[in-house]
Order: sequence, then C-alpha cells, then structure tokens
Amino acid sequence: MLLTITSTHQPAADLSYLLHKHPDKVHQIDLSTGSAYIFYPEVSAGKCTVCLLLDIDPIGLVRRSGGPRGNDFALEQYVNDRPYVASSFMSAAIVKAFSTAMNGRCKDKPELVSVAMPFEVQIAAIPVSGGEAVLKELFEPLGYTMELQRHPVDPAFPEWGESRYYTLTLKNILTVQQLLSHLYILIPVCDNDKHYWIGEHEIEKLLEKGKDWLATHPARALITMRYLKHQRSLANQAMEILLKDEISGEEAESGSENAEPEEKKRVHDLRLEAVRDELVQANAKTVVDLGCGEGKLLKLLLAEKQFETIVGMDVSYRCLEIAKDRLKLDKLPLAQQQRIRLMQGSLTYRDARIEGFDAAALVEVIEHLDEARLAALEKVVFRYAKPVDVVITTPNAEYNKKFDKLQAGQMRHSDHRFEWTRAEFQQWGNRIAEEYNYSVQYKPVGEEDAEVGALTQMAVFTTKQMIIGKNRFLSNAK
Amino acid sequence: MPNRNIHIPELSLVVLIGASSSGKSTFARKFFKPTEIVSSDHCRALVSDDENSLEASTDAFDLARFITAKRLKAGLLTVIDATNVQEGARKDWVRLAREYHVLPVAIVINMPEKLCSERNKTRPDRDLGGHVIPQQISQLKRSLRHLKLEGFRHIIEFRTPEEVDALEAIIRDPLYNNKKHEKGPLDIIGDVHGCYDELVALVKELGYENKDGLYQHPAGRKLVFVGDLVDRGPNTPGVLRLVMNQVHAGLAYCVPGNHDAKLLKWMNGKEVTIAHGLQESIDQLQQETPAFREEVKKFIDGLVSHYVFDDGKLVVAHAGLREEMHGRGSGAVREFCMYGETTGEIDEYGLPVRYNWAAEYKGKAMVVYGHTPVPEPQWLNRTIDIDTGCVFGGKLTALRYPEKELVSVPAAREYRVSKRPLHLNANAPLTLQQQHDDVLDLADVTGKHIVETAYGNKITIREENAIAALEVMSRFAINPKWMIYLPPTMSPSETSKLDGYLEYPTEAFEYYKTVGVEKVICEEKHMGSRVVVIVGRDEKAILQTFGIEKEGIGVVYTRTGRNYFNDKKTEQDFLLLVNNALERSGFYDRFQTSWVCLDAELMPWSAKAQSLLESQYGSVGAAATQGLSGAVEALQQAAVRNEAVLPLLEKYKLKKEQTNQFIHAYRRYCWPVHKLTDYKLAPFHILATEGKSWVDQSHEWHMENIQQLCEADPAVLMATPFRTVDLSDEASIQEATDWWLFLTAKGGEGMVVKPFHYIHTHKKGLVQPAIKIRGQEYLRIIYGPEYTTPENLNRLKSRALGAKRSLALREFALGVEALERFTRKEPLRRVHECVFGVLALESEPVDPRL
Repeated sequence: MLLTITSTHQPAADLSYLLHKHPDKVHQIDLSTGSAYIFYPEVSAGKCTVCLLLDIDPIGLVRRSGGPRGNDFALEQYVNDRPYVASSFMSAAIVKAFSTAMNGRCKDKPELVSVAMPFEVQIAAIPVSGGEAVLKELFEPLGYTMELQRHPVDPAFPEWGESRYYTLTLKNILTVQQLLSHLYILIPVCDNDKHYWIGEHEIEKLLEKGKDWLATHPARALITMRYLKHQRSLANQAMEILLKDEISGEEAESGSENAEPEEKKRVHDLRLEAVRDELVQANAKTVVDLGCGEGKLLKLLLAEKQFETIVGMDVSYRCLEIAKDRLKLDKLPLAQQQRIRLMQGSLTYRDARIEGFDAAALVEVIEHLDEARLAALEKVVFRYAKPVDVVITTPNAEYNKKFDKLQAGQMRHSDHRFEWTRAEFQQWGNRIAEEYNYSVQYKPVGEEDAEVGALTQMAVFTTKQMIIGKNRFLSNAK
Repeated sequence: MPNRNIHIPELSLVVLIGASSSGKSTFARKFFKPTEIVSSDHCRALVSDDENSLEASTDAFDLARFITAKRLKAGLLTVIDATNVQEGARKDWVRLAREYHVLPVAIVINMPEKLCSERNKTRPDRDLGGHVIPQQISQLKRSLRHLKLEGFRHIIEFRTPEEVDALEAIIRDPLYNNKKHEKGPLDIIGDVHGCYDELVALVKELGYENKDGLYQHPAGRKLVFVGDLVDRGPNTPGVLRLVMNQVHAGLAYCVPGNHDAKLLKWMNGKEVTIAHGLQESIDQLQQETPAFREEVKKFIDGLVSHYVFDDGKLVVAHAGLREEMHGRGSGAVREFCMYGETTGEIDEYGLPVRYNWAAEYKGKAMVVYGHTPVPEPQWLNRTIDIDTGCVFGGKLTALRYPEKELVSVPAAREYRVSKRPLHLNANAPLTLQQQHDDVLDLADVTGKHIVETAYGNKITIREENAIAALEVMSRFAINPKWMIYLPPTMSPSETSKLDGYLEYPTEAFEYYKTVGVEKVICEEKHMGSRVVVIVGRDEKAILQTFGIEKEGIGVVYTRTGRNYFNDKKTEQDFLLLVNNALERSGFYDRFQTSWVCLDAELMPWSAKAQSLLESQYGSVGAAATQGLSGAVEALQQAAVRNEAVLPLLEKYKLKKEQTNQFIHAYRRYCWPVHKLTDYKLAPFHILATEGKSWVDQSHEWHMENIQQLCEADPAVLMATPFRTVDLSDEASIQEATDWWLFLTAKGGEGMVVKPFHYIHTHKKGLVQPAIKIRGQEYLRIIYGPEYTTPENLNRLKSRALGAKRSLALREFALGVEALERFTRKEPLRRVHECVFGVLALESEPVDPRL
C-alpha cells in the first residue's frame, strides 16, 4: 500500500520533474478500487522522497464484479490483506500515477530521462511467496542491493511463526523508467497471489514493460509464470514470444505434489502403462477406472480395441469435467462415444452402476482415503462391484527415503492419508483376497531398488469365484 | 335380465376387446376416468398427428405400453382402449399385467357386425374398407373361448347394445389382501409347525383368554399367523383347529406358508414328495374326521397370499415380500409370499441359499414374515423374520403391532433337528441392520432428492448440491455410522437501524414476537468450533448403539462431518474426560442411557482454525500493521512540510487503530493448547440418548441439565450463561439487551436467541430455531478491520437474510429428522440421507459473513 522512492540525485528536485508530480502538493489519483495519493515527505537539496500511498476500498473490492475468480463467497475475501500490501494494485497505481515517467518522457527536462540515478525504494509491506531466495532471484540480477525485514504473523503468538510479509528496501542506480518497470512487474510476481486482472492483453503489458530486461533475466520463466498467474497457456504464449526457440513447457513450479521431481512424468506414465497392460492381459472387455481423475488411464484404454466398455468414475466432478475435455468426448465419433462413459461416484458407497465389470483399476486412489474408511472401499469393490480382476496401485513408502525433498515420515502428496510399505500393502491385499475369494499378485512399477523396492507398488487381484450366468465369464476365457 | 352392475378388482388392467365402431371408447368414457384410459387412437395421434395412421401403429403401441407400465407401477387401474381382437395384441397386455402383478380383466364388446358397420359409416374420418370390420368380428369370436387360457382372470362379455345400455356401474372390489382398514392392535405369530402347546402358551402370554373355545383379548387385539401351521410338530390338527376357529370368528388372520400349501396338494390327491415333516401331518390328520379334513382343505385353499394392514403400514407374508408386490395379486406374488426367492446356490448344509430381499428393501411398510428359522428376530430395513424355530427346539415368537414388542415362549423340546444349525450366527457382534449398514448405497444420496421431515415438510436436495456433498462426504467425512446429526447454519438478526451497529438484540426479539413466540432464551455465544460430541460409557455401548467397532468410546466431529481432532489419541483422551464427567454427574443413570450425543462449541478457536488464523487473520493483522505504520510515519513526516496531508494522516491513523482492534478481537479467541484441559467444551443441546431425542424439551431444560453436567468437570466443561426473556415484558427485554451490551463490551462474540421451546412453529411452519446477535468488535473478524468506518458500515447494512434464513430452517429440519430417525433405530440410509442433505444444502451459495 505504501511505496517510498528516495533519490539522492542532485538536484534532488529533478525527481519530481521526472515523476511529473509537484512536490508541494498532495496528488490524488482515482483507481478502480479506491484512490492513490502521492506526496513528498522530504524534499531537500540532497534528497527527495516521494510516497505512493494506496487507499483501497475493502468493501468495494469484494463487491466489484470481475474480482478474483473462484468461489465468490469465500470468507477470506472479506478479511483481506490486499488493502495493506503491495500487490498488483500497486502496479496498477504505478502505471496510472507515473505514466509519463514509465513511458520515458519528461516535458520540462527531457535529458533526465536517460540519466541513471541512485535510488532507494522502500515497500512497507510486500508478501513474498518463496521468501528471501525469490527476492534475491528476482532483484539481484537487475543490480539491486536489498535489505529486508520479515514480520511475524502475530508477535503475541510466536508459535505462529513468520508471516509472508516483508519490509523491503532496494538500492540501485538506474533510470526512473527502468526502476518503475521493474517494480511494475516484480511486485505482483513476489506476491504471487490474487491478481485482479488476467487476460490476453496482460501478455502485451508484460512484454512492453519488460522489453529491455526480461528476455535476459535468469528468472524469466518464474516471472512470466507468476505474472500471468499460472495460466499456463498464456504463460507459454508469452514465453514463445520472448524466447522464440528456447521454449520449455515443463518449467513449472512444484504444486502440492511433494516429490517425484523430474522423474514424475515418466513414472506416472509408466504406472498407467503397467495398469493398462494388466487389464489387456486379463482379457477384460469391460473396465471401470475407479478414481479416474483427469482421465489419463482412460485415454490409454480407449486406444485398445479390446475394451468394449470403458467407464471412468471419480468423486470429483471438477476432475470429470477436465477428463471430458481432455478426452474430447464430445468430438469422438459416435462408435467411440458409446464405448466410454464418465460418472461421479464414490468408493465409500456401494454402487450398482459399477457391478458386473470384467476389470476395475484403482490407480493411486486408496491412499487418498482415511485408512479407517478403507473398510468401506473394500466392500464396495470386492463384495458388491465384484469385478473379475482388480488392479490397485499405491506409493511404496519405503522408496520415499530416496527423495531428497521429503523429510522422514513426510508423504508424497498433501492429500495422502497414508503411504504403505510393501509389507503393509501386501498384508492388506492378502486379507482382502482371503476374505473375498480372490487370488492376488504383487508387482513393482518402475525400476526396482534392491533395498527399498520400486516407487510404486501394484496388486493384481483375480476372483476365484465362478458366477454362473454372468456373461463376463463367457467373454473372459480363463 | 341384463346385469346392472359388474365387479372388477380395484387394481386391474382392463383390456377392452371389440371391433372398430363397436362402442369401446364410449363405454370406456362412461365408466372410467379419462386418465385411466389409454387409447390406441389417441397414442397414434400423439406420435403422428393422425389417429387413423396405420404406419404409426408400432410407435403408438410402444407409447401405450410405456404409459400403461408407468400407471401399473404406481398401482393405478388402467383401461386399454384398442380393438385387441387378435391374441398377439392381448398377449402383450397380459404380460405387462403380470410384470406389475395386477390382474388382467377382459371386457368384450361383442356387437353385431351390422351395427358396427353402420356406426362406422357415420364417421367420415375413418374409411376402413368394407372387409375390416367383418374380419375383426370373426377374429373376436374365435378368441372368445381362449381368453381364460390367455391369462384373463375376469372375463365380461356384452353381446347387444341393450346389455351395454343396461349397465349402470362397474364396481371395483378391493383385493382380498387389502385389509388396510384393519388397524389392529395385532399380535403376529411366527411359524408354528404343529407346536400346539407352545402356541397356546404364547397366546395366553400375550394376554388372550379362552372364552367359549375362542381366544379373546380384553383390548380387542387380534392374532395374525405368518403361515406354516403344519408339519414336523406334534399336534398339527390342534394348531389348525385353533387357527381356523379364530379366523372364522373374525379374531385372527392367517396367510399360507409353503408347508400349508404342500399339505393341501397332498390332501387334494396331487402327487407330492413326502418329506420335511409332511408325514407327521398326514399321520395326525388320519386321526381326525373326514369332515375336519374337508374343513382344513377349504381353509387352506381360501388363504390369501399376504395381507396389507393399517393403511398400508404393515404387510404380513410367510416368506416376506418385495415392495413392488405389496397389495398386488399375481401368481408370482403368491409364489414369492410362500417360497421367497433363492439365488440358485446351495449352501454347505444342502439347503437353497435364500436371496436376501430384505437387504434391498426400501419400502415404508413394515414387513413381518417367517419361513427361515433364526435364533433371534432382528429388524432389517423395517422387515423382521419372527420364525424362531420352535419346532427345532427354539422358541415361538410373536410381534406386537404397533408396539413392535417381541414376546416368545420356549419350545418344550426339540421336535426335529434342523439341518442348518439354528444358532449359527447367534453371537455376531453386529445386528443384521448394523452389518447391512456397513456400506451405504450411492443411489440413496445422488441426484435430486426429496427428504420428508416431520417439521420442515419435504426438503429438496438439488443434484448439484448432492454432487458437492458426495465429494466432501467421501473424501473427508468420518464413518457415516457416527453421523447421526449435523448442525444447521444460524442466521444473524435483521440488520440494526442503530448507528454504529450492524446487529443489535432488538431485531431478534421483534422477529420472535411477530411469529408468536412469547418467551425466548438468550445464550452467550462462544467463539470456538461447532462440534458434535458422541460419548459412550465404553466401547461396548458404542458397538451396540452405533455398530462401530474399534473406533473408541466416541467421536468429536465438525459441522461438515470431519474429525475435529487430527489424532485419535487426543480425541479419545478428551472423550474420556467427558465420559468421566458424565459418570460423576450421574448422567447415564438419570437418562437411562449408555451414550449421549451433544451439540457443543469447542474452544479455543485457534485449536482448529490454526491455519486460517495464520494465513488469514494473523496475516492480515501483520500486513496491516506494517503497511499502516509505514503510511502513518510517512504522512507524519510529510505533514511537517505540507499541511495538506493532515486529513490523510487522520484517516490512516484511524485505519491503524482499527487494525489494532481487529488484532485484539481475534486474539481473544486464541490460546495455546498444550494439555487436554486447555480445551473448553461448552455443550448447549443434549441431542439424543438411548431411544430418545431431546428436541421436545425446552432450551431451559437443556441448559439446566448441561449445567449439572458441567459442574462435574469445570476444568474442561463450560456451562453457558443464559437468560430467559419474557417478550411481553419491556424490562425483561431491556435486561437482556443490557446483558448483550455488557458481554460484547468485553469483546465477546455476542449471544444467541432461541425460542423457549426447541421446536416452535407458527402458521407458516417452523420459526428460526436460533438467531445470533454478534458484537461490534467480534464482527471485525467477519467484515474486516475497517467495517466500522461509517461509509463502509452504511454499505454493509444493506444485506439480505432471506437465503440464509431459509437455509437455516431446512438444515434444522433435516438435523432433527436425522436424530429422530436414529433414535427410532431406522436403517442408516434413512439417517444418512438427512445429514447428507444438510451437507448438500451447505454448498448452496450464501453470503458467508451472515
């Protein structure tokens, strides 16, 4: 909310010419979310300090349409740090308040535009995602030296730890236009939270304001990604324009996935292929992917003519919508459309719709349920749905020690409720097999380490029960 | 003399048979409601815009069949108005009637050809060609004698227009199984199998007295026998004599069992395998007179497959009955009633494995049956098997209706050894219902749903909300067997008209006055987390009541059905403290229960909302403190050289002060938790104990009983201060208002105003069960630090409560319904649909600040 710019350039008053704001006045600028004020706390022969102070209307912020996307009714929006920190609102204010300077013009003293001056900038409160390391990564390549002070969440409760807010002081010698363009882009990049804009023209703004320095900035991928608020398609487009043939689409930041860094993609594909192979080998004609997520396995299954009926089920409606898009279900030829169906369902409720399939797959699903709720899952799958074959994969907890990023006892994903060792998984699987009259085999997925095994473990169950009158046995010559 | 009246069964599929222009449609219109008639002409018109289009016949038939099927499924008499002169056409209707277990009735309008042809000529729109009518009539005449063979149970023929004209009414006879007017009370007795002595003992035990050879009950109760009176036991004739006498005297009802039917077959000279105790019956009946044997034959032959009693609330059938067969009549129904269904498999004792129809039963009627001996009768989805294997040395059992009490007498001895040991699963830890409830069925919760509640009428759960609830329930919620209640959302009072206040007590009192509440209770509102606490005396109590094993002596869960505590051990240790307090205060004995479900607030707020506090409230405080300190400092500096910034300085000083107040407001609800006694539990409703939900008591009763409990462990349990307010007394209102001002001046959250009685209704139905009035400072946490600035407050004052209030009522009705269903020991799916509904409604978009 408060940006203070001090220059010791001589004569100090030059700054006010450059900024095109009279030092003895209080300037008010209207913003779509409130006002900004410009005033000068100090104008002396050797020093000039100018402040840009935002007065954001907290009520208007929430009521305004076209605000942050997502759940319009989340309480957090009403108790919001936006009025008090430097964020994309600050960028919007900079552009509006100092437009002439940003555009490299100065009516009265045009020669000043290209003069590099010593600047000291202070931002009273800036949220920084990634902390000091990110600040360094962003500002040091541009020649800044910094001082920073991090603030606790609440000094009355030291156990709550440090907040993400810093008071940041930056020093550098550069033109005012350079300074403002850096701040314009990097303030929201530090924040990496809600941006009250995102659209096609943002790319233009980014490219325009960063034209002289962004292409050579070592953190350009991070800057682009965050500035465009993780809109990967927009980000990729911008990177393409920026870097032409140097593009790398996978330079994303890690999300909530804790591990499996560069191996991630490869292992994930491997796992799905292993499951597909099991289903093919099982001679299944009708398959149901329980917990199909965004439909990656379904895509593999669709490619196999063997499967006549493919059903994807997930508890998350949002996932199913993504799956529908990814599989382009609406655009498939009719014959293909009739092979596949998506539906919302849960593995803790029995469901007549999943009964009678040749095979079911549960790929990285069970670990997302509380262990106590597995009692329901096993009945839903093995007592009621009763597929002939069931393929289940889950992380092998023993392998976790090979991940540097994971601390002992930490799990691979924030939503994992448990991760089992091979012995634990097999103990569970053996009991299931015994109780529901299935045979079971365990297989590693991925390269097997002599000591800790493979990254993923897989169990393949096959029923021992012959159910007369069910056509699946006719189709399943075993 | 032609008939003036004809009789047909009240639930039948009436197939009119007659040539074109024979007068079928006129006949149908005269004797049936327009909605009862499915006309082929009309269906033809619907699918082709031309009721004479022959090309449309196939589609028209499909449509007629579809409509008819829907009507029969709903149990509605239906008339097929089509020529139906060919057997092929009729066959489909008979098949459909059987599919829905209704009786097919043929009404033949067999008019002279001349009459039809003449009538046809007057219809210019229909040119049939000269050969059609004669051909139809000849087909009709050929059909006549086959109708019975085709499956028509009633055949009525009209040969002349005079006969048709003479008919005044078609009388609809109730089905024999329809005893809906019989409301009891009844005593339903399980399979007797010739155990005469035990039968007499049981009947006496039930309070019947033998007067003039008939057993009569002083309260006018009647006996109902589920069949299998005969075979295996020592005195089949004695049993038959008793039952026949009672039935003939109108003092009992009896449905046939498979043994009874087989005995009849044998008596009728049919070839039957003599096994399963038939020999005993044969031998014993040999000792009786031929007249008695004739009487037995007539009696068994006249037995009706099943009975529907008491407005459809009770169904009695020997082997039970699926819902879609209740009150229906068909061979399949009779078959099911006597033999049930088997899976086709044979168990290890060589007996057919019975298909468990009761596990899938979702009907509203109670179904009482026998047929399969069980060690103890157990309820499953409102059905109960009361065959306790008397003849196998078990006992003879009766179910009292409507009391649902079981009365039994032990067998004098084991007359016959059962192939399948009677006490096979006698010691299973879970009841049949609890085992069945281990897994809920998705079909009971997904899609658009309507839940009938006692206080809120029918509540609709929309599909999109069910979708959201399913995800939350599946991914985060605790074992659904715990979830017997979810608390409703609570509306704030109407917005205050006073300056500086968003909420103030006046509006809440006014609201209750306008809906006819005379007395309200004001309870201090605690700021923590809303929790539902279930505690049992021990794990055994939990197992018995909830059917939950190895999950401890209880649970603490949040308003979205999640575990409050992240680790089981802390939860159980905490519950142990509550349990001790319950024991010490004598609660369990006083309430004659071994468990309790409490509605409560668990503090501190920071214990559960830690991440919210750190990421949201604490962070905003930190950001605002830094940002505003910097601003005030810069403005002060600027003010030295430029007075123009002074107004701005004042503004930012105020913001800074508001930030301090905001931080102060949330800090009040935060304290570190190092040990169990750092938690404070403030219960405010005793929701349920064994067999009882306490929503019929006043809030004063709840507060007082809770106070008594809290005294047993003040270190953890916190009694809630409250005031009872007489709304006709201004002084009383003023006193409560002052109390609110006092509480909130200290920074308290405020208070909750509730009608004196837990449930209060007025002419428009339920009134708000509670209204919160939150304090000025507390509201900073909700509306942000700067909400009190007049320009902000004035804008915030325009807020709409309608959606929130409607939601609160619906959720309240569902929550109470869940509790009552649970305490009535209804199947879990019936409880779950209510709590699922609450969760689903919570996903409706409502301003979260309310």
